[in-house]
This record gives sequence, structure tokens and C-alpha cells, in this order.
Amino acid sequence: MNLELTAEHRAIQEMVRDFAQKEIAPVAAKYDRTREFPYENVRKCAELNLLGAMVTEEYGGSELDSISYTLIVEELSRACASTGVIVSVNNSLFCHPVEKFGSEDQKRRILVPHAKGEKLGCFCLSEPEAGSDAGNQQTTAVRKGDEYVLNGTKNFITNGVAADTALVFAATDKAKKQHGISAFLVEKGTPGFRLGKDEIKLGITCSGSVEMVFEDCRVKASNLLGQEGMGFKIAMNTLDGGRIGIAAQAVGIARACLEESSRYAKQRKAFGKVIAEFQAIQFMLADMATEVDAARLLTHRAAWAKDQGGRFSLEAAQAKLFASEAAMRSAVKAVQIFGGYGYMNDYPVERYFRDAKITEIYEGTSEIQRLVIAASLLKD
Amino acid sequence: MDFSLSEEQCLLRDSLREFVLREVLPEAGELDRASLFPARAVRRLAEMGLLGMSIPEAYGGAGLDALGAALAIEEIARGSASLAVTVSVTNSVCAGPIARYGSEDQRRRYLPRLASGEILGGFSLTEPDSGSDAAHLRTRARREGDAYLLSGDKAWVTNVVEGQVFVLVAATDPSQGARGLTAFLVENSFPGFTFGKVEDKMGLRSSLTGSILLQECRVPVANRLGEEGQGFKIAMTTLDGARIGIAAQAVGIARGALEESIAFSKQRKAFGQPINQFQAIQFMLADMSTAIEAARLLVHRAARLRDLGNAAFTREASMAKLFASEMVNRVAYQAVQIHGACGYSREYPVERYYRDARVTTIYEGTSEIQRLVIARKLLESV
Repeated sequence: MNLELTAEHRAIQEMVRDFAQKEIAPVAAKYDRTREFPYENVRKCAELNLLGAMVTEEYGGSELDSISYTLIVEELSRACASTGVIVSVNNSLFCHPVEKFGSEDQKRRILVPHAKGEKLGCFCLSEPEAGSDAGNQQTTAVRKGDEYVLNGTKNFITNGVAADTALVFAATDKAKKQHGISAFLVEKGTPGFRLGKDEIKLGITCSGSVEMVFEDCRVKASNLLGQEGMGFKIAMNTLDGGRIGIAAQAVGIARACLEESSRYAKQRKAFGKVIAEFQAIQFMLADMATEVDAARLLTHRAAWAKDQGGRFSLEAAQAKLFASEAAMRSAVKAVQIFGGYGYMNDYPVERYFRDAKITEIYEGTSEIQRLVIAASLLKD
Repeated sequence: MDFSLSEEQCLLRDSLREFVLREVLPEAGELDRASLFPARAVRRLAEMGLLGMSIPEAYGGAGLDALGAALAIEEIARGSASLAVTVSVTNSVCAGPIARYGSEDQRRRYLPRLASGEILGGFSLTEPDSGSDAAHLRTRARREGDAYLLSGDKAWVTNVVEGQVFVLVAATDPSQGARGLTAFLVENSFPGFTFGKVEDKMGLRSSLTGSILLQECRVPVANRLGEEGQGFKIAMTTLDGARIGIAAQAVGIARGALEESIAFSKQRKAFGQPINQFQAIQFMLADMSTAIEAARLLVHRAARLRDLGNAAFTREASMAKLFASEMVNRVAYQAVQIHGACGYSREYPVERYYRDARVTTIYEGTSEIQRLVIARKLLESV
């Protein structure tokens, strides 16, 4: 056992930390208020090769391990949780499944530009009536010649407004339920594919979440990812990895809460001394710090387990569950430590508070994580 | 980074797991009810060469590093938290400081006997009026020729009655506060040493806890541990290490609570199905297991850091102790809840786990002390 970061890990961590604090943090509040998609942030991340972090070099990626990837997402999310999830989605929910399940042609044609960050991807599983119950897909895909015709609506699609390619799940055989779901790579501009309503959200306001509408949308059969009927398996496998990214995002948000609160507590005075001298404040900070470390260890363990090549659903679910709830608890404490200022958008903690909430919901709610964990505990 | 255990570590864990399920768990409930010291299990551990798990091999111990000891304590605590604390105390807060601060003569006199189980050890800092505020203790040590005369009352000492040697802290110079404290190796046979009453405790009932009464107790200078004035430092560094042991104990108790709850929930039926089919039960199990994993990782991180030996691990040890001890109280609570009325009955082990869990947020530094330590380190770094 060896729980220390390698020199290479530390170098990546420092590089991204430095970048995120200099380039991303200063504009985070602005994007949060305007809700504009941060194209400039994404472009800069692409320059640092952060968008295809784990993709092999052959397909334009950085070929880093999963622990490095969690370090990247944590540092970006420390500065701006929206940027963190934008990068996480392109890495975990788009590049990963295309590399793992894609044909050689799909990898050359589609993976390479997305891994390089020249293009951006998104992941379309959720529907108005299918969130946690993802097997209940209402979007359909019917084979016609060498095309599939897609009909249906997807919602809450992160990166949607900016995405060049969408990984879309649809039922090719409804009777088979989850075994009848297939995955498609749908490119922007494909006839019958359009953006629906813009989602106005509580937090991560600039991550470009949008509804996506497919009306007799004709997708080439060569853009079917994997085989017909493999879609649900692809989605679940992909989300296992995605959860590690969200856990890392949550760690980043929690750390932001802790660091801003510690700094504030050392300069804010009350009753004649700085509030950091009161045990009430110290104890909140101590609990936040402990939970941040525990969450990060769970996240790294899940990333490590993924890189070992075996199953890691349990580890990913535990990391995601704990880290997201720790982020929410930390955000509640951070706002409390800041008092009235914590409620104002002059300080960043009210944004952290809003951003933290989504981590308990997307890429599998806390409830879904608990079901995954319990199933694993009870299986034998 | 590598989260896996070595072959050797797996072997240690697996052999202890088997020993605990076969020999410790079956008798733990009865020993708890009768408040009996687990003498047989202690002897068996000595036979297995694990009673002195952290004592260097040169002195007859198993020479486990902090990570190995954490794995071992977790396994033992899964069956009996009382046995775990008995072993942990003799290793980490008695043999540990002797190995680290003792003279060669002191090591030779005590460590082999502690390792073989010939004698059992303890640690004595706390007094009736000084717990968390350890620097303000009242026991005095006055030098007289080649001996010190110790007088005062020590409280809440683990391994009383059975223990023969205690690392005991007393004030040699009360005017110096923390810097006026000195550590001694005090044997129960020294004139002026008596055990006071054995405490009747909520939990850890097979671990004997009580007071030590010192009346002009004559301790040879040869039994002073370290130098005069080093006592507080010895105590604090010892407790840093010991906190990892208590955290591992908490993880072990919690794992016992979880494993018993999984087994119970599979066979217990309600509303026509095993209760593990209900989300209410599943979610408790999921939260328990997640919290246990998080705690174990904090424990292993602190232990690893200690073993590396090149960095302070005070903050990490406090985080592990704080999180694991608070965690086990939640987990044991949920285990009793899952067991329903059976969980309230002594026929099932979770009732014992629930009581045993409680002390982990208190001894070897309360949760409040851990939070002070963590906050201080944090605010220093901002």
C-alpha cells in the first residue's frame, strides 16, 4: 500500500492548480451570473490537453491514469465547478465510451478531435420521464436502410449548447426494455436534431445544460456505438467512470468551501477577536477538512480500482455518494461561517453552496449510489 | 499510488480474521456480561506471536509497522473491542514509548516480557481532574537519591489489575507546566503502588479500567523514561500513534456492526420478505459501508505516513481518530436499528458494539481535542 501521489501526479496537480487559480477562478463569478458557456475556459483547458486526459496518445489524448484525471477535475472545480463538470463530461462520458466501445473508424473520425478538445461532446441518457430509471427510455431509434431514425426528447444535457457530438441513448427494441437500448453518436447539424429549451439552474449555471430534441433525426448506421442492445451496458459502464469525475468535482467544491472559510475566519473579527479563535468556527473547519480528506481518499481509491481493470462500481458509488454529500455539508458550513456575507454573491461561497447541490443528483443520485452499494453488499 | 495490501499484510489480516471468528467472537459476549478479562485470547495471541505486534523483532515482538498494527487491531476489534484495546494499549502506549525513548537496559528489561505476554502494560496520564487538559496533572515526582517518590491519583487507566508496568507521567517541576512533566516506568510491585477501584463501565467491559494510587511510590531513577521534562512530549507523540490504533479499533467495531447487520437483514423477514429487500434497510447498510471505507482509508493513510517516518502525522492521526470514532457511533446506532428489538438484546452482539463504540470518541483524545488539533494545523497553513 502506498497512498502518496507520485512525482508525476504532483506535477500535474500543481500545473492545473496554478492554471485554474490564474485563469479560471477570476472569471468564475462572471460566468455564473451571465450563464454564458465558458468557451474560453474550455479552449484553455484544451491547450493543456485536459479534455482527453485518459485517452491514449494514439487517439489524441494525454494517456494519463485515472488518479491524474481526478486531480485535474478537483483543481478545476476548486476554481469553477461548471468548468469542472464540462471537462469531466467530455472526458468520462464522451471520450471514454467512444474509446472503449467505438469502431476504429469512430475513434479516428470522432474520438480524436474530442480528445484534443477541438470538439466537445455530451452524453444524452436522461429524459423527462427517465432519470434514475434510465432503462425506461422513451426515445426510439428505428433502422431504415443504412440509417437509424431517432425520435424523442432528452433533457438536462450538460455541455449541450456547445457540444459538437452527442452520445445518445435510444430504444431500438422497446420490448426488450434495457436490453433493447442502443447508443448513437449524433453530430451537430444532423437533420432532425435540434436544441430545445435552455435549462435555468440553481447552480453550475454556465455548464450549458439544455434539452435536446430528435424529430425523425437520421443517423448513419456507422454511428451506432457498439452493437444494438448494448446501450444500457455502455451507459452504466460509462457512468461508473463518470461518478469518479463527479466525486472529484465534489472534492474540489468542498475544498473551495474549506479554503475560503479558513481565510475568511482569520480576518473577520467578532467580539474583539478573529472568529478563527472561536471553537465554534474551528470545529466546523476541522470537520470540513476531515471530510475533504476522506472524500479525496475514496475518490482516489475508486480511480485506482478503475485502473486495475476490474469492476469498480462499488468504489465509484461510495466515492460519489460520500464526496457529494460532504461537499453539500461543507457548503452549508461555509455559508454559516461567512454569515450574512455568505448569502451574498460578493463572496464565492454562495456559488459553492448552489453548485454543491447538483453533485448529489447527477450521474446517479445519492439514492442510486446507495442502491448500487447495497446490491454489492448483499449479493452473496 | 497503490491501494492494495501486500501478500504479507493479507496473510496477517486473514489469519487474524479466522482466529477472531473462531476463538474471540464466540466468547466475547459472555466475557462482556461477566466483565472478565479475556485471558485465554491474550494467551493465544501471545502464542501466535502477535501480542507484541508492534514490538521490534529484536525484542521478541512481531515488529509490525503502523499499517500492519492497524490491520491487526481492526480484525481483533471486529470480534472484541475489549481485547483490541487491551492489545493496543500494551503495544502502542506502553511498549511503544519504551522502544522509542527507553534506554537499552529498559528495553531489555520490559519489551521481551511484554511481547511474550509474561507481563501486560499500560499507560497512565489522565487524572480525576485532568483529562483533555493533560498538562495540569497533579501527581508529583520528587527525586530522592537514586529514586523518585511519586504521589498522586491516576484515573481511567486501561489494563489495571492485569498490568504490571505502566508508562506513567508525573510532574517533576510543577512550576514549569507541560515542560515540568516526566515519564516513568512504574511497576505494580513498587512500594507505594496500589490499584484503586475498577470502573464499572458502559462498554469495553472485558478491558479492565481503573485508578492507580501512588503514595510515596518509590521508582528507581533507572526507570525514568527519557529525561526530566520530556514527559509531555513523550505522552503527546505516544498518543499521536495510539490514535491510529483507536481509529482502527473503531473501524473494526463498525465492520462487526455492519457484517452482523447484513447477516441479520438477510434472514429476518417482515411484510413477507427479508428486510434487506427494503430500501430503508439497504440505505442504512450502504451508508454504513461507505463510512467504514472512508474511515479505513484515513486510518491507513495516517499509518502509512507514520511508517514513512519523514513527516508529521499528527493531523492525519487526529482526522482518522475523529472520523472513525464518530463514524462507529453512527454505524452501531444503525446496526441496532436494523436489528430492532433483537438489537436491544444481549443475545446479539450489536448491543455490545453499540456500547463499545461509545468510548472511542472519548479516550486517547476526545473528538473535541482532535478538532482542536486539526483546526490548529489547518489555520497555521492558511
